[in-house]
Amino acid sequence: MYYFDHSASTPPYNEVAEVYKEIMGKYFGNPSSIHHLGVESEKLLNKAREVTSRLLNINTKEVVFTSGGTESNNLAIKGIAYEYQHRGKHLITTMIEHASVYECFKQLESQGFEVTYLPVDERGLVSLQQLSEALRPDTILVSIMHVNNEMGSIQMVEAIGELLQSFPHVLFHVDAVQSIGKVHVDLQKWQADAVSFSAHKFGGPRGVGLLYKRSNVQLSPLFVGGGQEHGFRSGTENVAGIVAMTKALRISLERQPNAYDHITKLRERLLQWLGPCADVMLNTHEQALLMAPHIVNFSIPVTKAEVFVHALEKHHIYISTKSACSSHESKPSRVILAMYQDTVRARSALRVSLSDEHSEHDIDRLGQCIKETIIQFKTDLIRG
Amino acid sequence: MENIYLDHAASTPIFPESLESMLPYFHSDYGNASSLHYAGRKAKHALDDAREQAAALLGCSPQQLLFTSGGTESDNVAILGTALHANNKKRHIISCKTEHKAVLETLQHLEDEGFSVTYLPVDHDGRISLESLKASITEDTFLITLMAGNNETGTLHPFEQVGQFAKERGILFHIDAVQALGVIPFHLKSIPADLVSFSSHKINGPKGVGLLYAADNSKLTPLLYGGNQEAKKRPGTENIPAIAGFVQSLEMTINRLDEKNKMCTDMRNTMLEIFYQQCGENNVVLNGHPTFVLPHILNVSFLSCDTETLLMNLDLAGIAASGGSACTSGSLEVSHVLQAMNLPTNVMHSAVRFSFGYGLNIEQISKAAKKTATIVQRIRK
Repeated sequence: MYYFDHSASTPPYNEVAEVYKEIMGKYFGNPSSIHHLGVESEKLLNKAREVTSRLLNINTKEVVFTSGGTESNNLAIKGIAYEYQHRGKHLITTMIEHASVYECFKQLESQGFEVTYLPVDERGLVSLQQLSEALRPDTILVSIMHVNNEMGSIQMVEAIGELLQSFPHVLFHVDAVQSIGKVHVDLQKWQADAVSFSAHKFGGPRGVGLLYKRSNVQLSPLFVGGGQEHGFRSGTENVAGIVAMTKALRISLERQPNAYDHITKLRERLLQWLGPCADVMLNTHEQALLMAPHIVNFSIPVTKAEVFVHALEKHHIYISTKSACSSHESKPSRVILAMYQDTVRARSALRVSLSDEHSEHDIDRLGQCIKETIIQFKTDLIRG
Repeated sequence: MENIYLDHAASTPIFPESLESMLPYFHSDYGNASSLHYAGRKAKHALDDAREQAAALLGCSPQQLLFTSGGTESDNVAILGTALHANNKKRHIISCKTEHKAVLETLQHLEDEGFSVTYLPVDHDGRISLESLKASITEDTFLITLMAGNNETGTLHPFEQVGQFAKERGILFHIDAVQALGVIPFHLKSIPADLVSFSSHKINGPKGVGLLYAADNSKLTPLLYGGNQEAKKRPGTENIPAIAGFVQSLEMTINRLDEKNKMCTDMRNTMLEIFYQQCGENNVVLNGHPTFVLPHILNVSFLSCDTETLLMNLDLAGIAASGGSACTSGSLEVSHVLQAMNLPTNVMHSAVRFSFGYGLNIEQISKAAKKTATIVQRIRK
């Protein structure tokens, strides 16, 4: 099988699955229990928190373990909005955020908050100029994703963080679910107040995520009762999941520099297949520095995106249309629409997402099959 | 030294079969259940199968079940989701003083938001009275939330009568069944509840996964927003391995319910009997109801034997027990459950919870009970 949907979910590393299995089997104590089995679990949890904070260069108190990226985003955005609403009710985000961010803002709008959705240019980037113009005295939060999950554009979060230093009343959240392990992530340089991560996007298990929350930032919790995770996230800790995520984080950060180079080469190779093809419109910008290398997005208007995905399946090739979380909607991609304002293009958008375990051969197979499938559809069209 | 784990109400060891059932979703079937392609559809099938199986075991229809990240989330979604739903114009909730923190703190949060909550008192056995419940109902009451069996004492509320009554009055009824699941018969078809919370790691399943049953008439506003998963009521990529493991444990537990019930009852009786014999009946106080009780929980006070000292000594002797709920046991405060039962101070300060489950046998229970009695006598001297 040729799996090119790593932005939807990545297979856990073998070592990660092993750790998960071992801990799940051996350490079942509730970390809140005071007997030795509880203490053992608590030690594992503390160790995971320590390693995580070291890997991300943050403080252990700044790590909040969650049930995944969706919860991390919900906790950061609503947690900040509710906690700081006395300062103002204006929020800023972009038009291309993941559903778990975008829908939070829609919910907050229905509750009396005012939201500015920044547009993006054809590279998928927001402009610093527009952001600074959108800032108001009653703005309390700016939430901007690092790497876009549909077409891979990398926002200038470092510059945004710098800009926001002049606005101390504004908190800054970054959804880094698609970037960690793929591109360089430096939380200190971003000067962000909250950053979301999801384990199953970097070789960890499903059902675990984490939220970096700067130590002086308060959050109104989504769940209460028990007071785990410094009171920001109650519920018995998923110890095995958390330790396995920590392992995955370590492995993926170690591999990141080499993975970046390898995947960049694979991306260039794929673009060589797609570029000359008249029926392919590249949605991902060709300039590698603006883009995370693991996501390549293009439209093939000869047929609907879903139909193309299913046609490739005959070759055991798995790619996706848009974000998995909204893939069952028949609507055109909100992200591609924001970039090009072109419904046909947004309806026929396809996403390939790569891993460092892919080879050049895999890419050639993908390129070849895409070409053949296009020809097949065009022949069918002519034959009527 | 043999370790004897008597804290199954805090968390339980996973069944090897359940762990085994999770592994394929790590190694080969890692697709995202929302993806359109084959790998995604395969994951979606696994999810659908798990939901159908859970529904059959619990006695409801699959679309009435919502997978969550655990019991705390289930409780929060049930209570906050009902209270904050746009259709709900009422502001009064009835609960009980001895609920789990996941319920109590959620209710306190709602009080801050302008809701009013009646916390029903309990008797010395930890039970509410139906009369006081009936008396506390107002025109403004929209929800009763009550646990089936208490996590510290095991005391069972008359939840079936409460549910029947709530139904007659058109009030939604939420049951926190986290401790009751798999220990007493709990079939949703015969229980008049609108919302029920369950947790996987209390029934030998993995941590980080739970269920919320929501009857068709219950309207919930979600806590999390995002993708289309769980009918938009609980977005986020589904934790298929954990869900598969949970449902495997659910099946094994429900199918052997009678056996587990009997096993726990025997263990409870055996332990209590040994305590009475060796420590003297006058020195041992059983906390909780003598008969309306979850059989896997035994809460006893060894008079003039401080809880913490005893727990520490038990732990050194390889016996893992607890002073109360794990979620609050890190703190030194006296259990809010025992306080609500109005027990004498010396009883509250010497209470210990032993809780039973799979992997234990009756010999270990006698051994643990005798060791405990010895330690108690040593401390008393």
